[in-house]
Amino acid sequence: TTHPALKADAEMVDITFITPDGTRHKTKGKVGDNLLDVVVNNNVDLDGFGACEGTLACSTCHLVFKQEDFDKIKDEVTDEELDMLDLAYGLSETSRLGCQVTLTKELGGLEVEVPAGVNDARS
Amino acid sequence: VIHQSQVRYSSTHHHVCVIGSGPAGFYAAQHLLKLRAAAQKPLQLDMFEKLPVPFGLVRYGVAPDHPEVKNVINTFTSVLKNKSVRFVGNIQAGQHVTLQQLVNAYHAIILCYGATSDRLLNIPNENLITSAREFVGWYNGLPANANLPVSLKSCNTALIIGHGNVALDIARILLTNESSLQGTDIAEYALKELKNSGVKQVLIVGRRGVLQVAFTIKEFREMVKLPNVGWDIQTEETVSDATLEALPRARKRLTSLILDSCKTNQAASPEKSWTLKFLRSPEKVERVGDKIHVTFRINKMEGEKAVPTDKLETIPCDIAFRSIGYKGTKLFHDLPFDEATGVIPNNHGKVVDGIYTCGWAGQGPRGVILSTMQNAFDVAKTVSHDLDGSEGSSVKQGFESLNISHRVTHYD
Ligand SMILES: Cc1cc2nc3c(=O)[nH]c(=O)nc-3n(C[C@H](O)[C@H](O)[C@H](O)COP(=O)(O)OP(=O)(O)OC[C@H]3O[C@@H](n4cnc5c(N)ncnc54)[C@H](O)[C@@H]3O)c2cc1C
Ligand code: FES
Repeated sequence: TTHPALKADAEMVDITFITPDGTRHKTKGKVGDNLLDVVVNNNVDLDGFGACEGTLACSTCHLVFKQEDFDKIKDEVTDEELDMLDLAYGLSETSRLGCQVTLTKELGGLEVEVPAGVNDARS
Repeated sequence: VIHQSQVRYSSTHHHVCVIGSGPAGFYAAQHLLKLRAAAQKPLQLDMFEKLPVPFGLVRYGVAPDHPEVKNVINTFTSVLKNKSVRFVGNIQAGQHVTLQQLVNAYHAIILCYGATSDRLLNIPNENLITSAREFVGWYNGLPANANLPVSLKSCNTALIIGHGNVALDIARILLTNESSLQGTDIAEYALKELKNSGVKQVLIVGRRGVLQVAFTIKEFREMVKLPNVGWDIQTEETVSDATLEALPRARKRLTSLILDSCKTNQAASPEKSWTLKFLRSPEKVERVGDKIHVTFRINKMEGEKAVPTDKLETIPCDIAFRSIGYKGTKLFHDLPFDEATGVIPNNHGKVVDGIYTCGWAGQGPRGVILSTMQNAFDVAKTVSHDLDGSEGSSVKQGFESLNISHRVTHYD
């Protein structure tokens, strides 16, 4: 017999978003949701995040992962995601767009950085 | 209980206005509201817009087949719902309200009015060329451009001068099967005109080389994925593997895609096609019978610079577009303005005490919504910081003190 509360618990994993000022936004995300869903559903206060609402048209959902977490991401990166990442600030080798990354159990405990939006290289 | 209007007039209240309601205005407003709320400082923010309706180029620039980009309107709408925000449409700053009036009424003024005119080619008979900005306004239903004389029926070849994203937007709109534009928010008359369009070929001609194109990879990739559309990319330069390897990531991926697309080419029997031509600067436009002839000077690249050669090429077409960039205009006679660049001179967004600028008005007309957002956030931070320092300074009375008699629109 499954206990509904327990079952729901089993599908949730911890996730922490770290903003440039060092603030840690600790929250929980549902396995199967993408990281933009997690931000939206938990009202995580990230400025400008998810402007195009997950349609690969803005790159405001840019996140930087730790290498070991990056390697655990199941979703393959597509050309279209790489195209949008090309416009992102503070791009790193372990960057992904949050709206394209699905939470899996393996990603439990995930800590991701929200890169600073430096706007100096553009004149 | 304090009455709302008393709150507005209280000396602890800051009054800020934003001129222009495109991405820069909205992101600046959003961030400033957040910073002031966090500091528990009351703020009344008024947003003035020339048009009756908000959202700037998101409504009247972004192509109708890019509805995803327009999703950002939902974020902007939530800013409009903030009780401390008042949207005032139909107000053209500089005409219906002077800078001095604004200075008297507001602690801070943020100029976010974008770039509302065109860079010109400055060649003879330029009036035979259609402005890309006006054409974009036309298909997006911008009232000022609704009567642009666009007649595509007897056109076969369209020529677009410029290698930026707007040039590709126009090429795509001309080449896309009109049925896939149905159900978008394209203007009804534009859809009708495009349905009867005779355009089969679009030439996209740039001044510099393959390494200097200004469009981004997302927009270029769309061009090589248009159904039933073929292409011809006429690079006359060779790009060595070593050069390619040394490029920054974004430029490298874009250049590789362009060069690879030279080889892949073609739908089996394309109905329509586009051609990308490089190293050509327009010098002369003529009407020859019912054709338009554009004569280009052929350039060669020396580093990043296009250097003219003694060779010319004349390209006949049925309609020609100028898509070499937008340009900012001067709104206030009593504020510094750089006529050459079309930008309000500013230091990290600050023009003079109490006056700020962000987005295309302050940065020049380049960059996507993302870069406009970053800039607006930066400037909002500066404004907030300066408001902290102005604590206890003069009492300002905001909108009510402007005595605007003109018919304005509000947003609810
Ligand atoms: C054709 C086109 C397509 C684009 N497509 C994309 C895209 O797909 N994705 C993307 O990320 N970016 C795109 N961009 C870029 C994006 O639109 C800009 O980065 C952004 O709009 C700049 O914001 P802004 O607020 O500075 O200017 P604007 O969006 O131009 O807003 C300025 C506002 O000020 C108002 N205004 C002007 N004068 C006055 C006055 N005197 N008084 C009061 N109000 C005034 C205008 O009416 C307008 O509403 C596109 C740009 C263009 C030109
Ligand atoms: S939300 Fe826009 S690309 Fe992810």
